[in-house]
Amino acid sequence: MSPSVIYHEVRDAKVRMMRAGAGEPLVFLHGAGGLSPWGPFLEDLSKNFDVIAPEHPGFGDSGDGAFIRNVADMAMYYLDFLDSLHAGAVHLVGTSLGGWIAAEIAVRNCSRIASVSLLAPAGLRIKGVPIGDNFIWGPEEGTRNLFFNQAYADKLLAVEPTEEEADRQLTNRFMATRLGWEPRWFSPSLQKWLHRIQVPSLVLWGEEDRLFPVEYAKVWGESIPAAQVQIVPNAGHLMQIECAQDVAKRLLSFLAGR
Amino acid sequence: MQFTCFHLMPYRPLDMEERAKHRSAWVVLPNTLYDPERGAEQYESYLNQLTSAESLGFDVIGVNEHHQTAYGMMPAPNLIASALIQRTKNIRIAILGRALPLTNNPIFIAEELAMLDTLSRGRIIAGFVRGIGTEYHATGINPAHSHERFQEAHDLIVAAWTRPGPFEFEGEHYNFRYVNLWPRPYQRPRPPIWIPSQGSSETVRWAAAPERKYPFLVTFSAFDLVKRYLTTYADQARQYGYEPSGGQLGWAVPIYVADTDEQAKKEAGSAIESLFNNFLPNPWEMLLPPGYMSLSSMKATMKARRSLGSRPRTQTADDLISSGTALIGSPKTVVEKIKRMQDETGFDNLVSMLQFGTLSDELTNRNMQMFASEVMPHLR
Repeated sequence: MSPSVIYHEVRDAKVRMMRAGAGEPLVFLHGAGGLSPWGPFLEDLSKNFDVIAPEHPGFGDSGDGAFIRNVADMAMYYLDFLDSLHAGAVHLVGTSLGGWIAAEIAVRNCSRIASVSLLAPAGLRIKGVPIGDNFIWGPEEGTRNLFFNQAYADKLLAVEPTEEEADRQLTNRFMATRLGWEPRWFSPSLQKWLHRIQVPSLVLWGEEDRLFPVEYAKVWGESIPAAQVQIVPNAGHLMQIECAQDVAKRLLSFLAGR
Repeated sequence: MQFTCFHLMPYRPLDMEERAKHRSAWVVLPNTLYDPERGAEQYESYLNQLTSAESLGFDVIGVNEHHQTAYGMMPAPNLIASALIQRTKNIRIAILGRALPLTNNPIFIAEELAMLDTLSRGRIIAGFVRGIGTEYHATGINPAHSHERFQEAHDLIVAAWTRPGPFEFEGEHYNFRYVNLWPRPYQRPRPPIWIPSQGSSETVRWAAAPERKYPFLVTFSAFDLVKRYLTTYADQARQYGYEPSGGQLGWAVPIYVADTDEQAKKEAGSAIESLFNNFLPNPWEMLLPPGYMSLSSMKATMKARRSLGSRPRTQTADDLISSGTALIGSPKTVVEKIKRMQDETGFDNLVSMLQFGTLSDELTNRNMQMFASEVMPHLR
C-alpha cells in the first residue's frame, strides 16, 4: 500500500507527512539522514497501525526549520504536533536522531504517548565509548558504516543521486548539523530525566552498529524504568532497512504484548 | 603599494609518506609525526624571517591562526605577534586573522589585541576570519552557527574597543553583563580591521559597507578568480556610493623570485606543490562542514563539484604558475603579473607569502631579499 502524502500544518510550520494503515496511531520519527521513501519496515507496521511518518521541520521538503535551534525545540514542536493530530495516545517510534527526539518528547510529557520504541537512538553519551564521526566520514564510508550487510551499502552507492535528491541530502545534512554537531549527538541533561518515561518502552540496537556502539543499549535500558532491550543480530545502525522484517516483527510483538 | 610579509609557519619536516596515509594534514594527522625539537627549529627560522622583513622594507608582517594541523604552527597567532613586537621597531604587525567564531568569549580576543596594540604602541592590524571548515572539527564549534557567531563576536569586539565601558552586551551566542576593557587599544578609535576571505558574496557585501570599509584580502586563488573577487568588492563599494581605495583591495599570494623563470620554478616547484598537494588539501566533509557556507552557496558549490568529479586534483607547479595561483618567476615576470592585477583591479595591498610548503630557509631568505630589492621598488 502506498502512503498518502500530506502537508500537515502545526502553528506556522508545515511538514510533509506520509500516512498509511489503520489501527492505533503510530508516529515514526526519522533519523539524521532524513525521511526515507516508504519501505518494507513502515509497510509491515501499517498492517496493524495507522502509521504517521512526518518529515521533521528543516528536513527535506518540510518547511523552513529556522525556529528549531536544537533537539529540545524539536521536542516542544512535536508536543504541539501530537496535540494537533487529535488522535489520542500514539505509539512513538524513533530511529537515531528520531529516537533522541522521541525520548526528549517523552521526558517532557507522556500524556499523549502510549509507548516509546527507540531504534539505536542518539541522545546519550557514555564516557569512554566513542561514537563514529559521521560528519567527517566521506560519502562512501558514511554509507558503509551505517550497514552491517554491505549489499545494502553497495546498492545505495551504485545509484547516482539526482540533483534534486542531492539537494535534499544537503538540506538534511545542514539540519542534522544544527541539531547534532555539538555536543556531538547527545544532550548532557537527558539521561537524568529518562525516569519520567513511564510508558512501556522498547530499545532496539543493531549488534554491529558502527555509529552508536551497542554498549549504549544497556544504558538506555537501565535509565528508562519500563524498558526492555533487544539486540538485533547481523544489523548495523540502519537496522530498520537492512533487517526490516526482523525489526518490524520485534516491534509488532512488543506493541501487541504491552 | 603596501607590502605585507606573510607566513603560515608550516611544519616542514613532515613525513609526506605518512601524511599520505591520512585523509588530511589537518585535525586527524597524528601528532606523533611532530617532533618538538624540529618544531622549535621551525619557529626560530620563521621568527627570524619575519623579523628581517622590517629591514628589508616591508610595511607589514602577517601571521595567522589555524588549529591542529601541520599546515601552520600558529594556533595562537597573538603569541607570535607578541614575540615579533619585541624584535621589531616600526613595522606594523597584522594578525590575519583571529578566527572569531571558535571562541566562546570574544572579549578575550578584544583584550589580547588591545594588549598587543599597546605593547607595540599602535602597530597592530586585526584580521577577522571564521577559520576554515576543518577548524569546526578541531574545536567542536557548530559550523551551523559560524556566520552568526562571526557577526556577533565582531560587533562585540569593536564595541569593546570603542564604546566607553562598562556596558552590557546582549546577543544570541554571547551575553556579558560587563564589557569593560583594561587596557583599551592604543590606536584610536581602534586598530584597523582586515578581512581575509575566499570571496563569498556575503562577506564582500559586509566588508565593503560604508560604515566598515574593511580591506578585503583574497587568499590563495587563481589570478582570474582574485580579479573577479576584487572587482566584485570594488563594484559593491561603488554601489554603496563611494570609490574604494587601493588599500581596501588585497591579494594574498605565494611568491618566489629568482634570476630566471626557469630557475625560480626549479627552486620553488616542489615547495609550492607540497603546499597545495600535501599541506592544504582536505576532503569536502572537512573543508565545508554544513553551515560553514549558506545552504544555497553550498548547493551551488556541490553542483559545480559534481560536474568536475569529486576526486581532489593534484596540482603541478606549472598549473599553479599558469593559473596565477602562485607567482613564481624572474622579478620581471612577477612585477608584470602584479602590475597586471593592479591595472585590472586597482588593488594596492599585496600580502606576499615568501615561505611556503617545504621551502628551505636558504631559498626563503634569498627569495625575500630579491623580492625586496628587485620587485618592491618597481611597485612602490
